[in-house]
Amino acid sequence: MSSFTAARTVLRKPWLWSYAGALVVWLVTLGGVRGQGAGGIIAAALTFSVFLVLVGFGQMLVITSGPGNIDLSVPSTITFAGVVAMQLMGGQNDMIVPGALAAVAVGAAVGSLNYGLIRLLRIPPIIATMSSSFLVQSMAISYGRGERAIPPSDLVAFANGRVLGVPYTAIAAVALAIALGYVTTRSVYGRSLSALGQNAGAARLAGIRVERTRYFTYALCAVLAALTGYLLAAFSGGATLDMGDDYMLSSIAVTVIGGTAVAGGRASVPGIWGAALFLFLMVTMLNALGVGAGLRLVITGVLIIGIIIFASNRKI
Amino acid sequence: MNALLQPARLRAALPVISLLIVVLPIFYLQPQTLSYFGINMLMNLAVPIVLATMSQMCVITVSDLDLSIGSFVGFVACVGASLLQQNTVFGIAVLVGCVLVYGVVGMLIEWRNLPSIVVTLGMSFVWLGLALLLMPAPGGSTPEWLQHLVQWHMPLIPFPIVAAVVIAVATHFFLMRSAWGTLLRGAGGNGRALARAGWSLLWARGLMYALAGVFGVLSGLTLVGFTTSADANIALRYTMISIAAVILGGGEFVGGRVSPCGAVIGALTLTLAASFLSFLDISPTWQIGAQGAILIAVLSLRAVIGRTRA
Repeated sequence: MSSFTAARTVLRKPWLWSYAGALVVWLVTLGGVRGQGAGGIIAAALTFSVFLVLVGFGQMLVITSGPGNIDLSVPSTITFAGVVAMQLMGGQNDMIVPGALAAVAVGAAVGSLNYGLIRLLRIPPIIATMSSSFLVQSMAISYGRGERAIPPSDLVAFANGRVLGVPYTAIAAVALAIALGYVTTRSVYGRSLSALGQNAGAARLAGIRVERTRYFTYALCAVLAALTGYLLAAFSGGATLDMGDDYMLSSIAVTVIGGTAVAGGRASVPGIWGAALFLFLMVTMLNALGVGAGLRLVITGVLIIGIIIFASNRKI
Repeated sequence: MNALLQPARLRAALPVISLLIVVLPIFYLQPQTLSYFGINMLMNLAVPIVLATMSQMCVITVSDLDLSIGSFVGFVACVGASLLQQNTVFGIAVLVGCVLVYGVVGMLIEWRNLPSIVVTLGMSFVWLGLALLLMPAPGGSTPEWLQHLVQWHMPLIPFPIVAAVVIAVATHFFLMRSAWGTLLRGAGGNGRALARAGWSLLWARGLMYALAGVFGVLSGLTLVGFTTSADANIALRYTMISIAAVILGGGEFVGGRVSPCGAVIGALTLTLAASFLSFLDISPTWQIGAQGAILIAVLSLRAVIGRTRA
């Protein structure tokens, strides 16, 4: 393969654009602050992007499982898992592992509920995940009232800790991305998911265990959201009842910006990292340039629409 | 008697039954609510939600979904409490512009064959951002004429009931009975067939979105007429509630199958569910959960009815 075609195959990767965008935005920011704190900005971007990356992975898997599949229960799962884990741990270091297991259990339960509603009631995933998110949100509110539990000190140290300036959580999330990249492209589950997303009927006729794949996808998405809630609560000094709110829209946004096919069937794992970094760095840039919250939101919205129009142009 | 138990009729009766289940205990537990002022109090804030639901229904009719309606209603409310107060003509011009933007978004979705969820997701950021630019902190005040119009105490029958009935009947006749409505529903049901018959899908979707914009504007104005001041985040939960109400009322995501009367009833059920719980002395933390439970219960019943037919 000549270097020219090699370059072309790389350029055709849908996730490349999110990294290019992140790089451009970072350079503009550096221009704005005259090169000060270049590394600090990246470290902060890594720290804050981790949460969005974890949630984004889950949403990406769900969206890849076919048109109409989307998980709207992500924010309430984040909140509920955060609240449950923090209350259970009660600030004690020896409860860190049980707390994490509790968060995973919450995620698995919500994922099973979502899938059960979709399967048994034969309703669109949007309605199913929305109904369950209402229930879960109420549970989080009623469970999370009263005094706010402080996260265990060791967990706080982990969530805020860095080695050579790189946060531990970011390293873990990169490792997860590599594993997930392998799973989505090489494993039986990943292949089944792509087949399911491209044509559910054909996948079923080809003997793929469609329902098992779908169940696993919704469960995995909810578990990832629950782990995000666990880490986010540890990172920000406790669980709050609105800590998941931002993640519904932004988890869909990173999936789209990262180059995952909205119609399903094609996941883009590296794109989630690129898009999360891009979104964070863009906020940093607009802050550095003195742009207010309102204009920042408008720009984000226009950008999402622009990207989806651009992506629809590149039909291969 | 047998005719009444037909699956299709049962299905159509479900929204009515669920509304009665929520409303009758309220009247039983607190008979004072069954008065002119009681009903006014109960249903005041239902009117904007009903209108937002109608807006969502227009979009669902063409098999799309609008994730931006909540922030759009919030933006309109902010316009109502600031620009409209300062300069009536300019305020109205902005609102007309909003309707046009909605129409253009619909045409864009049709033209480039874009996923509506992503485009309206982008629009929700745009509307929220514009609302924050207009009103960085909650406040403002609503023009007097708008307050009087919305809080009008109609003789004999409470105004919110009349408003809900008028909205339901008018939309029903336009969408379900008129030739135009049939065509527009056809755009959701079988767009290709409609295009083959020589109709423009571009204009059909644009028109439906513009209509959704009109309902969104009305929703925002009635909301700000009741609250008399606005806040960019005032209506964010309308997005979810409106989708839930349309589905509760018997609508479906694909195929242009919607029911305006059902959607209005669905919106009323979800709004009154909150009052229902507070009259039962159940903590308000379960209000959202109850809306989810109602949705699941109705959809389960519908699934059961659907199965008996098969």
